[in-house]
Amino acid sequence: MVCGLLTSHRRCAKKLAMQVNWEGKEYVFEKPMLVSRLLQELNVSKEGHLVVANNRLVTEDHRLGADDNVKVIRVVSGG
Amino acid sequence: MKCRVCGQTASISLRSHKTAFCDTHFLTFFEKRVSTTIRRYQLIGGADRPVVAVSGGKDSLSLWLLLTKMGIAADGVYVDLGIGNYSRVSLEKIKAVADRIGRKVHVFHVPDVFGRDISEVAKGLRRAPCSACGMIKRYVMNKVCLDKGYTLLLTGHNLDDEAAALFGNILYWKKEYLWKKDIALDAREGHLSRKAKPFFLCSEREVAAYAIVSGIDYIYEECPFSKGAKTITYKGILGGLEEASPGTKLMFVKGYLKELRGVKEAMREDGGAAAGPEERFCPVCGYPSGGGECGFCRALQKFELPYSARFEEYG
Repeated sequence: MVCGLLTSHRRCAKKLAMQVNWEGKEYVFEKPMLVSRLLQELNVSKEGHLVVANNRLVTEDHRLGADDNVKVIRVVSGG
Repeated sequence: MKCRVCGQTASISLRSHKTAFCDTHFLTFFEKRVSTTIRRYQLIGGADRPVVAVSGGKDSLSLWLLLTKMGIAADGVYVDLGIGNYSRVSLEKIKAVADRIGRKVHVFHVPDVFGRDISEVAKGLRRAPCSACGMIKRYVMNKVCLDKGYTLLLTGHNLDDEAAALFGNILYWKKEYLWKKDIALDAREGHLSRKAKPFFLCSEREVAAYAIVSGIDYIYEECPFSKGAKTITYKGILGGLEEASPGTKLMFVKGYLKELRGVKEAMREDGGAAAGPEERFCPVCGYPSGGGECGFCRALQKFELPYSARFEEYG
């Protein structure tokens, strides 16, 4: 499912693919999927992350489109 | 998922409240919750002149903006630790919000006063950077209140911060800290300003969502010295509990507040016997200290620097 880092998978990036920014890195995914599935794929918690698609906050049951621009934001901070 | 209020597509689900909201109604929900907390715990009085401790992160910038929206005029105070790009970007984000809300920010530059950045200050004091940072921040934020006439220091501590600190205090049975945390702390006339935490009952997730929906450009980057911090580990553990059982963190912290009221009541009935040792103050600056000079004055003496706590003003 995951194509990997955008820079190292140019073949995937040429196709219509969902771009995901997470922790400052760009990832591409081949197929559309639910936000909850994306968080599973990235192995991150629902409680500790928010997802922004095309500059809008979206819930876990939102279906991300193949050409969506997605950002996964970690909400936990501190030290 | 649909918004509970208008039925439009929701942008955030709040499992601990068993609800979901669109952008507009989430802002209303969040602002009402904070407003209720401020009123219920009497955090901000009509005569108060508050200042917000800002870091450039989501919590403090959200609090600053929200207070302005509520009609509570507050300036900001920022401690520049001199951590390269991290401190520079943080200050840029703060200045952007200061411009947006039309308030000023007082900036204390650690490198200007100490002649070195926080990591060098910490090395000189033989303390961990977080320990030196905490000591300087507590001092400076109190100092700005006393020097500039602010009656109340507001911080962006959220539910997750409080739950993690409480968890750590219980885990290691740090009784000396356990009952010292509160949603508001009283002033000590002429020495210590009053403090309050309006986001005490708001989760980190809610605050981050508020910042995003409000269009606040905050710093996502973590302080480079926070890597491996226990607080982050505790937050991860509590986050796991929250996923399994939504509302756990809120019950944990609210339960603490309820117990705390009982402990404080018992102390009062005890005639103040449990209030602790006699208060002592720093002979140089008047800040509360265990005896002799306070940590800030001792740090300046260590580097053979004269007493100084000057602020740069922006806005």
